[in-house]
Amino acid sequence: MKEQLYQYILSLGDNSMILGHRLSELCGHGPSLETDIALTNISLDLFGQVRNYFQYAAELKGEEVSEDQIAFLRYPHEYSNTLLVEQPNKDFAYVIARQFLFDAFHKPFLEGLCASNDDTLAAIAKKSLKESQYHLRFSSEWTKRLGAGTEESHERMQNAINYLWPYLGELFTVGELEQEMASYGIAPDMEAVKASCMQTIAETFAEADIQTPDSKWTQSGGKKGVHTEHLGFILADLQYMQRTYPNMDW
Amino acid sequence: MQKSESHIRELLVEVSDPEIPVLSIMDMGVVREVSWDGNTANVKITPTYSGCPAMDTIADDIKAKLQGEGYSTKVKLVLSPAWTTDWITERGRKMLKEYGIAPPMEESADKLALSGNAKLVKCTNCGSTNTRMVSQFGSTACKALFQCNDCMEPFDYFKCLK
Repeated sequence: MKEQLYQYILSLGDNSMILGHRLSELCGHGPSLETDIALTNISLDLFGQVRNYFQYAAELKGEEVSEDQIAFLRYPHEYSNTLLVEQPNKDFAYVIARQFLFDAFHKPFLEGLCASNDDTLAAIAKKSLKESQYHLRFSSEWTKRLGAGTEESHERMQNAINYLWPYLGELFTVGELEQEMASYGIAPDMEAVKASCMQTIAETFAEADIQTPDSKWTQSGGKKGVHTEHLGFILADLQYMQRTYPNMDW
Repeated sequence: MQKSESHIRELLVEVSDPEIPVLSIMDMGVVREVSWDGNTANVKITPTYSGCPAMDTIADDIKAKLQGEGYSTKVKLVLSPAWTTDWITERGRKMLKEYGIAPPMEESADKLALSGNAKLVKCTNCGSTNTRMVSQFGSTACKALFQCNDCMEPFDYFKCLK
């Protein structure tokens, strides 16, 4: 049970870390100063959550492993983030679409996790939930602004949603790990999370003039460590410092 | 001065938030528990936001301050209960305003202001509520950027966090 809990915590932290890293790539490259600051602020929130998750995971393992080792020294197949969060920053519409789909999931997920039997996870969720509400407000407003904006912005937003849509379903999949965690009352009920997420998406798309894609296909693999080609490049960047200067510290 | 819990609390008032130097960490509501067992000063602090980069500095500053007064010090970070802007003291709110940061409003007003549906945030320069939100995220995670339509002053608004 302890090993499963450890893996479960890592899967939560990995989503926040890889998405946080993607957003950090935009530091100094945002389309405007305000959006640049907003996206990097969101990144910072996500990394704060990652630290909380990984510190807890390291605590569970005792002396064997540290927070930094978990973050920086695993191989690609040992990261269990969903495929959605590793998708690249193709343009601003892709950044917003990826963020909106994740936030629409993340908020109800954290609401569910607040009721976890695991006190530490519940405390992390309560803290993170307050932040994810701000994130969702930001990303849903930009989805509406782009979707219901000009012909060009609408087309780009719709294209980004179409491209990322197959990656949404993986966020809700329940594998052996999630099932076991749910049986202990640690993981939230994913059906409820999905219902809430899909409602947020439907309401936002209606206001944004965005069509919900027809595709029922779900791209998956990330939770089992089978990733798209993008993760390797992310990790090369993310791990470079720790691998070049082992055990370096700030 | 006799070593005591109240002495520790007095010393902590002199430790400021590194990102808002006019504000003491006590007024910020970041210090959750102070105890003195005769040997060690135990201080529990909580982050405003999960990723608040000031936490390590705050912990170091607390240690430096208390150790400077001869206290052996332990600082522990706690997450629960989660920090809320309600914990900023009245004095803290006043200091924020004088420093040029509009203090957080109550939750419903805050939502209206941040969604752009009502002009409620007061300009810290001229006091007008004829202000607009420039960016939901400001110079730090806890702030949003506003501008006054009357005197044109740009200023930070401390977002309500509940």
